[in-house]
Amino acid sequence: MPEDTRVPQSVISVEGIGKKYWISHEDAVDSNSLRHILGNGIRSFRERLSSYIWGSKPTENVSDAAIEEFWALRDISIEIKRGERLGIIGRNGAGKSTLLKILSRITEPTEGRIRIRGRVASLLEVGTGFHPDLTGRENIFLNGVILGMSNAEVKRKFDEIVAFAEIGRFLDTPVKRYSSGMQVRLAFAVAAHLEPEILIVDEVLAVGDAQFQKKCLGKMGDIAQEGRTVLFVSHNVNAIEQLCSSALLLERGRIKSYSTDVRKVVKEYSLGGSTSIISSIWENHGTEFDNPWFKPLRFYLSDENGKLLEPPTRNDSEMWINVEGIVETLDPALSIGYTVSSEKGELFYWSCPTDLYKHGSSPYRAGYNKFKSKIPSHLFNEGNYRFELFGSLHFRKWIFAPGEFIPAIVLTIQGGLSESPFWTCVRPGLLAPVLEWCVEGECDK
Amino acid sequence: MQAVSTDEILIEPGLTEFNYFWDLWRFRELFFFLAWRDLKVRYKQTIIGVSWALIRPFLTMVIFTIVFGKLAGLSAAGIPYPLLVFAALLPWQFFSNALSGTSESMVGNAHIITKIYFPRLIIPASSILVGLVDASISFGILILLYLYYGYLPPLSVLSLPFFVCLAFISSFGAGLWLAALNVRYRDFRIIVPFILQFGLYISPVGFQSSIVPENWRIIYSLNPMVGVIDGFRWALIPDFPLFWPSIVASLIIGTVLFVSGLLFFRKSERLFADVI
Repeated sequence: MPEDTRVPQSVISVEGIGKKYWISHEDAVDSNSLRHILGNGIRSFRERLSSYIWGSKPTENVSDAAIEEFWALRDISIEIKRGERLGIIGRNGAGKSTLLKILSRITEPTEGRIRIRGRVASLLEVGTGFHPDLTGRENIFLNGVILGMSNAEVKRKFDEIVAFAEIGRFLDTPVKRYSSGMQVRLAFAVAAHLEPEILIVDEVLAVGDAQFQKKCLGKMGDIAQEGRTVLFVSHNVNAIEQLCSSALLLERGRIKSYSTDVRKVVKEYSLGGSTSIISSIWENHGTEFDNPWFKPLRFYLSDENGKLLEPPTRNDSEMWINVEGIVETLDPALSIGYTVSSEKGELFYWSCPTDLYKHGSSPYRAGYNKFKSKIPSHLFNEGNYRFELFGSLHFRKWIFAPGEFIPAIVLTIQGGLSESPFWTCVRPGLLAPVLEWCVEGECDK
Repeated sequence: MQAVSTDEILIEPGLTEFNYFWDLWRFRELFFFLAWRDLKVRYKQTIIGVSWALIRPFLTMVIFTIVFGKLAGLSAAGIPYPLLVFAALLPWQFFSNALSGTSESMVGNAHIITKIYFPRLIIPASSILVGLVDASISFGILILLYLYYGYLPPLSVLSLPFFVCLAFISSFGAGLWLAALNVRYRDFRIIVPFILQFGLYISPVGFQSSIVPENWRIIYSLNPMVGVIDGFRWALIPDFPLFWPSIVASLIIGTVLFVSGLLFFRKSERLFADVI
C-alpha cells in the first residue's frame, strides 16, 4: 500500500461530545405507566410521547416528579490515531461506559460529533446475545454474528474458537448446562477472534479465573501488537500500563487528564481520585460528610510532636496519623479507620481504633473526638502512599466507604530507608521493611 | 496488516438516519440469525417439536368449525366449514403471532440492544419472519384439506402473494407501533393479548363477513384483517364472492399503519438503549 505513509492518521476524532440524561425522582418511575398518563390527560401523553421521540425535556406539568438534568459526559474531545491503544480510567460513574456506548453507536450523544474511520467491534460485555437453550456450537455462530462477524468468518475460525475456549466435547450441549466458567471462556473465545480495525473493550477481563485472565490479557496484547486500534476501559491499572500507549482519565463526565504518558495518568488516577487537593492534611470545609454519627474535621499526618509532616518524609522519622471528628449521636456500632494503598491502588491494610478493644467497649464519645496512631517507620518503600479515612456503623451501613470520595491524604517517603551502608538506594518491592536478623545462637541477646 | 476499510461513520445528535438503510443491508446476516435463533429456541425441549406449528391451527380449526358451523349453525353456502375457517385462520394466526412477537421483541432483546449497535428495525423484522415461517408450515394443513374435500385451488390463488403482502404490512405496521411503545410503556404487553383475543371475535375468522348487514360492512372493514381474510378466502376457495371495498379499505389502512409505524419506530429508536 503505497498510500500508507506510516504517518499516524486519526481513526477516531471526537469533538465536544456530551450526553445528558433526565433523572426523575421517586414516583416519577410510576409516572411512566399509562394509567398515570391517562390520569394526567391525553394532552400530556402527547407531550410525553413527543419528548420521548424528540428527546426534548418532558414538560414540567406532566407530573409532580422533580426532573433534573444530569450530564453523564461533557466536553469530551479526543483524537485517536491508527494503532493507538487508549486506556480509559476513572472511578465509578465517571462516564467511561457512557463514552464507550456513544463510540459504539449504542446511544446517541446529546451534543458534539464523532468521526470514525474503519470497522468497529465493541465488546461491552462477555457473551452478548448468548442463548441458554442453544448449544455451544449454535451460540458460537449467533454470538459471532451479533458481534459483527460474517457467517463465513465464524465458519473459518470455528475450530480455533473451540480450541481457545477448551470446551471440546460439550460443543453440542445447551449452554445453560455449562458451568459459569465455561460460559465465560466460550464467550471470550468468540470475542477474541474478532478482527476489527477498531476494538472497543469494556472491563471484560474482570471475569474468569486467574489463569484465564492471563490468557485474555495475552490475547489483548496480541491484538495490540497487530497494530489495531484499541479502546480499553478497565479498573486494572496494571493492565492499562502494560497494554496501552495512551490513557484518558475521566472524572465526573469530564476529561481530567489525557496523555501518551500512561504512567502519569495512572498515577494521577490512583493518587488523585476526586478529592481536590492531595497533601498530608485533609480538612473539612464546613458541611462535607455531614452526619450525626461521625463528622470528620481533620485527617492528617504528623510527627511525634503533632507537627504536620511536610513531604517528602524520611522513612526513619516518626509518623503519626491523626483523626479529628464530631459525634452528635453516639452509636455503639460506630467504627472509623483508615486504609493505605499504593499509587496503583493496591491496598495494603485497614486499621481501626477499635482493633485493640476486647470487650466491645467503645473508644468514641459524644462531642469532639481525636485519635492518633503510629505508623511503623521503616515499613514503606520510597514512593507515594494514599491514606483514606472511612467510617461505618459496624455491619449496618457505611458512613463514608473506601473507594468513594472520602477524606484522603498522601504520604511521600523519600530517603531514610536504612542506616546500613549496604542499603542506600531504593530497593524493588512494594514495602521496604527493616527486619530483625541475628547470628544463630546469639538471638536471645 | 489487513486492508484499511474506507467506510467512515459520523456520529452526531439526530443523525442516525444517515446510512441507516445501508446499515440494514450490512446487518442482513444478523437479521437471519435472530430469526433462526427464535425458530430454533421455540421448540427446544419439547417432545413433538415443530409439529406444534401444525397442531395448534388444526385444533383451532376443529373448535371453530364445531362452535360456528355446528352449534351456531352458520351457513357456509356449500363450502366445507373447515376450509372456510382455515382460509381465514391462516392470515389471522400470522397476524396474531406477528403482533405478539414484534411487540415483545424489543424488550425481549434488551440485553443485545444495550450492548451492540445495529439498526433496531432488524429485531421486529426478524420476529415477523418467524411468523411467516410458521404460516408456511400451517399451509400444509390447507393442502390436506384440499385433498380431503377433493378441491382444487381456483385460478385466483395467483393473487395470494398480494394478500400475503397485505397481511404483512398491516401486522408489521401495527407491530412496529407496539414494539416501540412497549419499550417505554410496558402497559402494552398487557394490552396486546387483549387486542388479539378481542380481534379474533370481531374479525371474520369463524364466520363470513357477509353476515354483517350491508350498510355496516364498510365500517366493519375498517379492521384491516377483514379485507385480508376476505381476500384469502377469495384466493383459496373456488367461487368465493369477492368484496372489493373491504380489500381497498384494508390496503389503505394497512399502508397507513405501515408507513406511520415505520416512521414512529425510526423516531423513537434513538432512545431505545437509554429507556429500555
